[in-house]
Amino acid sequence: MPKHTYLNSEYGLKSWLLTLDHKRIGILYLFTTTFFFMIGGTAAALIRLNLLTPGGELVAADTYNKLFSIHGIIMVFFFLVPIAPAVLGNFLIPLMIGAKDVAFPRINLLSWYLFVTGGCCELYAIIWGGMDTGWTFTTPLSTHYVNTHVIAAAMGIFIAGFSSILTGVNFIVTVHRLRAPGMTWFRMPLFIWSYYATSIIFVLATPVIAITLVLIMLERFIGIGVFDPTKGGDPLLFQHLFWFYSHPAVYVMILPGMGVISEVVACFSRKRIFGYTAVAFSSVAIAVFSFFVWAHHMFIMGISNYSALVFSFMTMLVAVPSAIKIFNWSATMYKGSISFDTPMLYSFSFIGLFTIGGMTGIMLASLGMDIHLTETYFIVAHFHYVMVGGMVSAIMAGLHFWWPKITGRMYPEPLGRLAAAILFIGFNLTFFPQFIVGYMGMPRRYHSYPPEFQVLNVLSTAGASVLAIGYLLPAVYLIWSLKYGKIAGPNPWRATGLEWQVQSPPLTENFTETPVVDFEAYDFEWLENHTKNEVQTVG
Amino acid sequence: MHYFISPVLWQFLVHWLRHLALIPPEASSIAPYTDTFFLFLLLISAFGTGVVVLMVISFSVLYRKEKNPEATQIEGSTLLEATWTIIPLALFMICFVWGALLYFRIYNPPTNAMDIYIVGKQWMWKAEHPGGQHEIDALHVPVGRPVQLTLISQDVFHSFSIPAFRVKREVIPGRYTTVWFTATKPGTYHLFCTQYCGTLHSQMIGWVYAMKPDDYQAWLAGSTSGSSLAQNGERLFASLGCNACHSGSESARGPNLAKAYGSRVQLTDGSYTVVNDAFLRDSILNPATHVTAGYAPIMPTYQGQISEEGLIDLVEFIKELHSNERVQQTLNTSQIQSPGLAAGEAKNGVQNTEPHPSEAEHSSQGRRSVKTQHRTAPTTPGMVNQ
Repeated sequence: MPKHTYLNSEYGLKSWLLTLDHKRIGILYLFTTTFFFMIGGTAAALIRLNLLTPGGELVAADTYNKLFSIHGIIMVFFFLVPIAPAVLGNFLIPLMIGAKDVAFPRINLLSWYLFVTGGCCELYAIIWGGMDTGWTFTTPLSTHYVNTHVIAAAMGIFIAGFSSILTGVNFIVTVHRLRAPGMTWFRMPLFIWSYYATSIIFVLATPVIAITLVLIMLERFIGIGVFDPTKGGDPLLFQHLFWFYSHPAVYVMILPGMGVISEVVACFSRKRIFGYTAVAFSSVAIAVFSFFVWAHHMFIMGISNYSALVFSFMTMLVAVPSAIKIFNWSATMYKGSISFDTPMLYSFSFIGLFTIGGMTGIMLASLGMDIHLTETYFIVAHFHYVMVGGMVSAIMAGLHFWWPKITGRMYPEPLGRLAAAILFIGFNLTFFPQFIVGYMGMPRRYHSYPPEFQVLNVLSTAGASVLAIGYLLPAVYLIWSLKYGKIAGPNPWRATGLEWQVQSPPLTENFTETPVVDFEAYDFEWLENHTKNEVQTVG
Repeated sequence: MHYFISPVLWQFLVHWLRHLALIPPEASSIAPYTDTFFLFLLLISAFGTGVVVLMVISFSVLYRKEKNPEATQIEGSTLLEATWTIIPLALFMICFVWGALLYFRIYNPPTNAMDIYIVGKQWMWKAEHPGGQHEIDALHVPVGRPVQLTLISQDVFHSFSIPAFRVKREVIPGRYTTVWFTATKPGTYHLFCTQYCGTLHSQMIGWVYAMKPDDYQAWLAGSTSGSSLAQNGERLFASLGCNACHSGSESARGPNLAKAYGSRVQLTDGSYTVVNDAFLRDSILNPATHVTAGYAPIMPTYQGQISEEGLIDLVEFIKELHSNERVQQTLNTSQIQSPGLAAGEAKNGVQNTEPHPSEAEHSSQGRRSVKTQHRTAPTTPGMVNQ
């Protein structure tokens, strides 16, 4: 282990809680998002356990409603949205572009505190009784018909939203202004393109959910009436406002994962990503088009048929850049030199499961089909395939790929591969039956259901228990590796990228001298031709 | 629209899928079209996923590190990029067009559909048939006739779903939504609320009873509350004092409602609109927003004074005015009539109350205005049911 790293440069709680080091802030976020993941995961476990029997005897209906609401809110706003940008993005972006830190380190720390504050507010809402409107806060249910902690829950998300906005601003400025000399836009790793696109969405979309939540709070608190038809308001307006953010939000959740996959597939194929330019521009295209499709969540809500046509068409268009990426990643493997380490296994998982999730998205984007499928478990299965099968696989891939860089240690490879396999099997067993039960008509958010759906629900719950093992195992061995893992060295994967040219873990200032970039990204030829690592260890 | 495989093969496929409990029964005219489309979507999804999985697996095997220690750097291929952009786009466009056609089919009712009104409230469904039959968490429909549901919520968002018919529509407070279907197979099918609406969302379920026409007639006869929706509406019309302005006379303060339903009216802002269910409901609750040209904006709002059922009754009443002159008399009772004339008119009225069991044809939301004709639900002879 190198003698001086960002981890031992300073000791003490204050050095962590008042740090300006982007890497330490990334670690802080890792702790908080993992904490929220466990809460959301517990809620999921209780949901699936309740659904073992048609009568839903495990918990009362109100409790069940609170459970799925908590699961949705925590997983969306406090896990999936922040995790990749705030953990991997914070840690890696400056390293990848050859910078000492992000553009605004203090704002970066402020982002974390805003996230924690929002999270505490949400925890208050949960512990003091929860809320049962679903993560979608549908009006007028959320404004006039429930007496749970809606305002507190909305406030928590509102505050955490500013964390996202500031992170987005920080990343955009960092990428524009802090790239090392010689690193042109098209010499950046594709990871950076994805995170840049994500940051654009953060900045443009998050303010909309912020104001929508404020309107909910005002409507609930003083009855302003914007969503109340008896006062001349329109509940459908809420749907438009909510989904205007929440659809781009799902691309916020997936784009960083796509960035990770680009890096991992390139490294474990020993090849430059096929079609670099196409993959780079597809990230931006996804970010732009994501703003044009929101009403595909509203096809049956009474929007005009012609509106529906426009949104269905745009949704078909937004699927194309994602398809382009999948094909480019697959083509990268052609004539590559493939290894099957854990990050690559998770990438395979991503490619397969995201494709299935994406194709079911096309099914839902098709208007007439959506009528039968919407608001059933088909939707639940669709978004879990892209979010969990896709994004969580990508997070696991990224976590394992950069674990040696972050901690200086290797995780145990055989256990890593086992966990990847368990996750894949458990995931499919959990969510594939939900496609079937959804087509059969089982609605979502049901605490109890007709008995003929029981077999599929039991299968799904059984899968969930396997999936849980797939998450617990990495938690165990990753923590174990902190003390007992093999020392990693600067570039255990022999990957390209500036982050692999510094020691593991890096120094606080990342680089002892500013690197000059006169090579393309993914220059594996150069790497193969040089047996000597360019290492910068100190001490 | 046609099946894309032979109907005989299709029956086998559906039967097999049904018994594997993979699809619900195909119990409406549109269900086979939805399922055929799904089969297409499934096939192209399998194809797309298959291509990707095949690529990944074969490249993993052919180019694994042990077999191919040195990678060949390939920048890309514009031709391949174009191919895998254009082919998916083309397939998606087929899905778009097919889906759009199916959607328009499901949400544009035929002109001869019979009406049933559904009011959703936490946590039950109330179905109101024009003949005065009321049901809770149940819906009786005849097989072989198009049925249009007009839906509204009394409180929060709900969603009315009949998986076996492949139809679903959000039920929202503040305005009507509609959906139509033609049941094709007698039987009992699930009815679900599919939009989360609070504590007993999972209990807001019921059954749809599709019945052969004779059985349906028998049910209608046995379940009537004795007073049709239009008759209820007539009473409301009087008790709420609508008569005072909508008396039908030349100098009345409000427009004549006798021929209003389905007609095109000009509003004070110059625009034209069709008088349909939604317009009527809105005019009662928010009269200031749609003032008919030539009239003053003096109608008071009835917001909060009439329930959704009451509004449905009034809408039905006004629909009926088109066809039922006896009911039209109600509007004119505020005028002084000589007894002889009244008797003569009453006699005329009686003649017109004979039920007309011919195919109903009427205008409804979303369609161009059509002259209303006899649109009562099929009645047994001798039953005065307007």
